[in-house]
Amino acid sequence: MRIIPAILLAASVFATNAVSAQDGKSKKAKTEAEESDDLMDMLDEEDQGSATKKKPYTTATFKTSRLVNGHSIENTAKGVLDFKVNHRFGALDGGFSNFFGLDNANTMIGFDYGVTDWLTLGFSRSTYEKEYLGYVKAKILRQVDKGGMPISLSYYGNTSVQGMAAPTLPAGQEYHFSNRMFYVNQLLVARKFNQWLSVQLMPTHIHYNLVPTTAEPNDIFAMGVGGRFKLSNRVSINAEYYYRFNELNGYSNSLSLGCDIETGGHVFQLMLTNATAMTERAFIGQTVNQWGDGGIHFGFNISRVFTIVKPKEFK
Amino acid sequence: MKKVVLALLLIGGGANVYAQKYMTRTGKVSFFSSTPMENISAVNNEAGSVLDSKTGDVVFQIAIKSFKFEKALMEEHFNENYMESDKFPKSEFKGKVTDLSKVNFAKDGKYDVTAAGKLTMHGVTKDVSIPGTITVKGNQAILNAKFKVKPQDYKIKIPSMVENKIAKEIEVTVNSILDKK
Repeated sequence: MRIIPAILLAASVFATNAVSAQDGKSKKAKTEAEESDDLMDMLDEEDQGSATKKKPYTTATFKTSRLVNGHSIENTAKGVLDFKVNHRFGALDGGFSNFFGLDNANTMIGFDYGVTDWLTLGFSRSTYEKEYLGYVKAKILRQVDKGGMPISLSYYGNTSVQGMAAPTLPAGQEYHFSNRMFYVNQLLVARKFNQWLSVQLMPTHIHYNLVPTTAEPNDIFAMGVGGRFKLSNRVSINAEYYYRFNELNGYSNSLSLGCDIETGGHVFQLMLTNATAMTERAFIGQTVNQWGDGGIHFGFNISRVFTIVKPKEFK
Repeated sequence: MKKVVLALLLIGGGANVYAQKYMTRTGKVSFFSSTPMENISAVNNEAGSVLDSKTGDVVFQIAIKSFKFEKALMEEHFNENYMESDKFPKSEFKGKVTDLSKVNFAKDGKYDVTAAGKLTMHGVTKDVSIPGTITVKGNQAILNAKFKVKPQDYKIKIPSMVENKIAKEIEVTVNSILDKK
């Protein structure tokens, strides 16, 4: 028993000496840069050890909350009001007499508000059929940089009401308010592959309370695919296509090509599209023009943001 | 038994060699850009820092994405357009307190010091010398410093359109409380 403490003592003396000797030697050998590297390593180790470490969520998958006509995975930041003014002009083949479509314009004026970082509410009014629309967009999954969740997933849903004059109906028939209503459910699935390329899929369901003709279904399903390619830090090219599973004569799928240009406080989205309306039920389900027939329209979205509620660090 | 105690003391003594470092994961680094057109400020409360009180080595590491701005759009522009935080996610300072002898870590007090070393941001490394103070308070060392950074020096491009909204020199303020490890 006596031997054990003696060995322990000897071992510890030896160990301590060895440590300090090594310490002294390596101190001399080490350059200053290496010493601070050790300190950096210490930070990194601590980083990995802590359970509260924040996940590095992917940011800026798209420049703004709209891809071209439809929504992107981006939400309006918490406490921010985004004022949107969108225009879609007449067909380019209107020629010079119609100033290549610029004589006619559909307008949408809307507000988006970020209630939290994962929930955006919006309201808008559009020229096409005098439509009022309210929407909700909520984040469900968020892509994480370097491993982890590979995609971002959001739900987008809207309810809208067209405000046209009621049709004249035979005596005894009533035109119900519900006849004016439309509903859209959409999932947004996006992945930012790298800082230049992001891709998004948009499975969509639309319900029309009243359809123009009996041949048309009240529910249609569509799959949207879109993406953006960044040309520079401030300019990107976007594309968006919606394929409808319910094929109907007289309607075509909407295809839009856009260009996002960002200045200081604005994002301008310029586009060419065969859709003239800006609400999902109309541009996904009821687009009548075709690219092939010259039914191409120029349009733009302008976004201006206002900070309503400041982040907690600035209160 | 005495020998065991002695042995334990010695082992304890060995461990003490490493108990000379101060560290934090929640340091505060903020910056301020002032022009007649617009004032821009941002704060980062997640700065990592280690100070070695024996050698004077000091390091800082901050995630660019952790800077919070008053306006969300500014934060996006800062990350996307100026700092390109996907490409350069972190900013680092690796240096040494050049006048460490002034500081008595055993005694509470405020000591004026200078840290010289390399500041890396946006993928560019520059030699810098930063005046500041170390305040010793019990088991804590509080680092305070204020210095100016020119975006141009770090190849941060500012387009002519917003030239008059972003200061030529950005004032950076460090205020971090490090705990003894």
